[in-house]
Amino acid sequence: MTAVAEPGTDCPDDTSGGAPRTDRLAEQLKAAVGAERVLTDRAQLRTYECDGLANFRVTPAVVVLAESRQHVVDTVRLCAAAGVPFVARGSGTGLSGGALPSSDGVLLVLSRLRRLDPVDADNARIVVEPGVINLWVTRDATPHGLAYAPDPSSQLVCSIGGNVAENAGGAHCLKYGFTVNHVMGAEVVLPDGDVVHLGGPAPEHPGYDLLGTFIGSEGTLGVATELTLRLIRIPEAVQTMLVGYRSVEDAAATVSAIIAAGIVPAAIEMMDALAIEAAEKAVACGYPAGAVAVLVIELDGPEVEVQAQFAQVEQIATSHSAFETRIAANPAERALMWKGRKSAFAAVGRISPSYFVQDGVIPRTQLPAVLHEMTAMADAVGLRVANVFHAGDGNLHPLVLFDDAVEGQAHDAEELAGSILELCIASGGSITGEHGVGQEKRHKMAKQFTPEDLDTMQLVRCAFDPDGIANPGKVFPTPRLCGERPGPRTGQHEVQAAGLGEVF
Amino acid sequence: MTTLTAERRPGGPDDAVAGVVPREVVRPTTVEEVAEVLRAAHGDGLSVVPVGSASKTSWAAAPTSCDLLLDTTGLDRIVEHVAGDLVVIAEAGVRLADLQSSLGEHGQLLGLDPPESGATLGGVVSANASGPRRLAYGTARDLLIGTTVVLADGTVAKAGGKVVKNVAGYDLGKLYTGAHGTLGVVVSTTWRLHPLPPARRVVVVDLSDSAQAGPLAVALNRSTLTPSAVELVGTAGGTGQLVVVFESIAESVAAQADAARELLGGGTTADEVPDGFGARPGGPSDVVLRIAHVPTGLPAALAALPAGARISASAATGVTYAAVPAEQAASALPRLREALGAVDGTAVVLRAPDAVRDALDHWGPVGDALELMRRVKDRFDPERRMSPGRFVGGL
Repeated sequence: MTAVAEPGTDCPDDTSGGAPRTDRLAEQLKAAVGAERVLTDRAQLRTYECDGLANFRVTPAVVVLAESRQHVVDTVRLCAAAGVPFVARGSGTGLSGGALPSSDGVLLVLSRLRRLDPVDADNARIVVEPGVINLWVTRDATPHGLAYAPDPSSQLVCSIGGNVAENAGGAHCLKYGFTVNHVMGAEVVLPDGDVVHLGGPAPEHPGYDLLGTFIGSEGTLGVATELTLRLIRIPEAVQTMLVGYRSVEDAAATVSAIIAAGIVPAAIEMMDALAIEAAEKAVACGYPAGAVAVLVIELDGPEVEVQAQFAQVEQIATSHSAFETRIAANPAERALMWKGRKSAFAAVGRISPSYFVQDGVIPRTQLPAVLHEMTAMADAVGLRVANVFHAGDGNLHPLVLFDDAVEGQAHDAEELAGSILELCIASGGSITGEHGVGQEKRHKMAKQFTPEDLDTMQLVRCAFDPDGIANPGKVFPTPRLCGERPGPRTGQHEVQAAGLGEVF
Repeated sequence: MTTLTAERRPGGPDDAVAGVVPREVVRPTTVEEVAEVLRAAHGDGLSVVPVGSASKTSWAAAPTSCDLLLDTTGLDRIVEHVAGDLVVIAEAGVRLADLQSSLGEHGQLLGLDPPESGATLGGVVSANASGPRRLAYGTARDLLIGTTVVLADGTVAKAGGKVVKNVAGYDLGKLYTGAHGTLGVVVSTTWRLHPLPPARRVVVVDLSDSAQAGPLAVALNRSTLTPSAVELVGTAGGTGQLVVVFESIAESVAAQADAARELLGGGTTADEVPDGFGARPGGPSDVVLRIAHVPTGLPAALAALPAGARISASAATGVTYAAVPAEQAASALPRLREALGAVDGTAVVLRAPDAVRDALDHWGPVGDALELMRRVKDRFDPERRMSPGRFVGGL
């Protein structure tokens, strides 16, 4: 998490001398997609130097503002022919630097691909382009009694294409799953410019589940130009409660008890005292005064089921020393409960000049132990950590607060954020639950996975992108050369030569 | 001289995979033993077909070669079940039914209910076998959160993890699901679990025409009811029975069953599903097809089948199993596939009697991603030794 990533170090085939090569490519791109859609002016390029993770900045050599699938195909083909890397970008709200440009590459902006087809209500499907904003899908679906389930906190601005790249989750994925469970089909421009169709409106398309593999691949396998989404029926009833606790342990124990009771809430979110303080300052959400932790718990489903289970959850909360339980009486009250939670990241800016957001995941049962350890780690270096998390599925968003003006504090904060991720791994969890690995966490991959695990993932990369030009340098700790396209083996294998050949 | 740790024996007719008798059968009992077998097979250039309890060896196309049958039933340990996390790690040879009884003691279940008796987790994953409750829980790809696989050269590689929410690295579990053992041997699986619902209520509606199930299933989908299964059993062009299953707390299933009867215009209710619920249609002499379509495509799919074909359909999700007499299958398939085009439909041969298997185009058209699938296969198994020929495009 240094301030600026080293430009160009991850781009293969970088020996032909940067600028003249990309200048030539820019001219070809202008001829192919129209000069008005190709940016090369340094000041304009600077607009695209980072995504939602602003501590990494790289100015791309060229930006293409695609307005059609053909623009994407033309751009990718020209990049492939020139051996120039490209990075696809949607709304630029990603939090792991996944859309960080390559300094000698093309940034392919998809936010103008904003078509939504009419909702197919009987089949609960909708076809959209990648630049469509997440919330627009539910907006179009709502009149049909339908909704799009994945709801990342940035859903007002984030794009479906970006959601697909990161396999975005959201507060309600505890019950409804992630983007990968809601995308039925994709039209994908491969890194050589060929177009393939993976999946479709119907289930069970024969062949490998390349769609499931593509989703969450962070732009390293190609560019989606059209997506078929599955919609869910809006539930008959929704009930939300906000519960205040005097200790984090009690809040965590409530979460475990709800799960143990066989209840699958639509969402269980948790915030600690610092996060509550920040949210109050930012949006005056009116959370219980003096709370050390709050839970936002939402149940949805058939009316009778929600009523019965909601009463049960309320009773569980009370028996775990909740000191205040509020039940949203109407959609406005529900919205206010969620407002505090969904604005938490930005709100932390009110209580700290700078912060790092992490996205670690732990087994839910490890929550109290991990929070305890995290606090000890923060105390040891004299830093504060605000915690906002999807408690139901163990996805933590620790916000490590620091002040750039204080000598060495940014460094300490970065170290602490890294140690927290290692704590997550040691607890049996993951370095990222929904933000993606991107640029930021690629070096941590080697802590979570063995070289064999990573090499096996790279087999997929090499099948899709043998030249390594799609978003190079992201996800994997070290780039890998794919070598020749493999074919049938000829000659004796070394293992056979060593004598194992006699085993069978 | 290296020898194998795993138990070995010559293959016989009872070991046949889609009619092909393996030369030898090996039964490793640990992941390291599987790796040892695959390293040795790699050295010798042997073809390897992994198999669990053999409940689906009549599925898919015949392997073009089977030097070695790798029996995974020795990998039979439930490695870790943390009830509070709703996660279980189990080896590939664990039988699904055994896992369900173990989980049931903790009031939990794995949301997979394929009907094949004795099926192992590895087999369910590799064949992507599903059952009626896919409506509520999805399929293997939706529930599998981590995998360990041994690749063709003996490399042991894991993907995913043991937390449900995890986007670190490529989600290779999806790639292995339904790959029919052509990319490697699945040796360990990690699953997201669900609580066991305490109550059940079933609504059964008799249909004079099985195609009526199409609009009824769509009506259920568009309602706020949350059935865990909507199954049609009947014949194409004939009568049918629609079985709607509600599983939740008692007050919910009672209220929903009442609402469903109103919506469906009648029907009887029961506490249990009918006998044979979720079974694949047909007998050993039939070719059984798996037809997939958008939910509204059910009537079109039924109309394109030979009249009288027995069917069992997950009507609300758009998956229809049909049994076609063996002698009709080769001619029925192209007609069916053409008709299904309008509803994004596909038809694959799920299982076929040995006598007609090789005459059938098992997978049908795969679309414009077939070349990419070949490239994936070539990276994972460049010598094409893993379950060769079982999958799409001769992979």
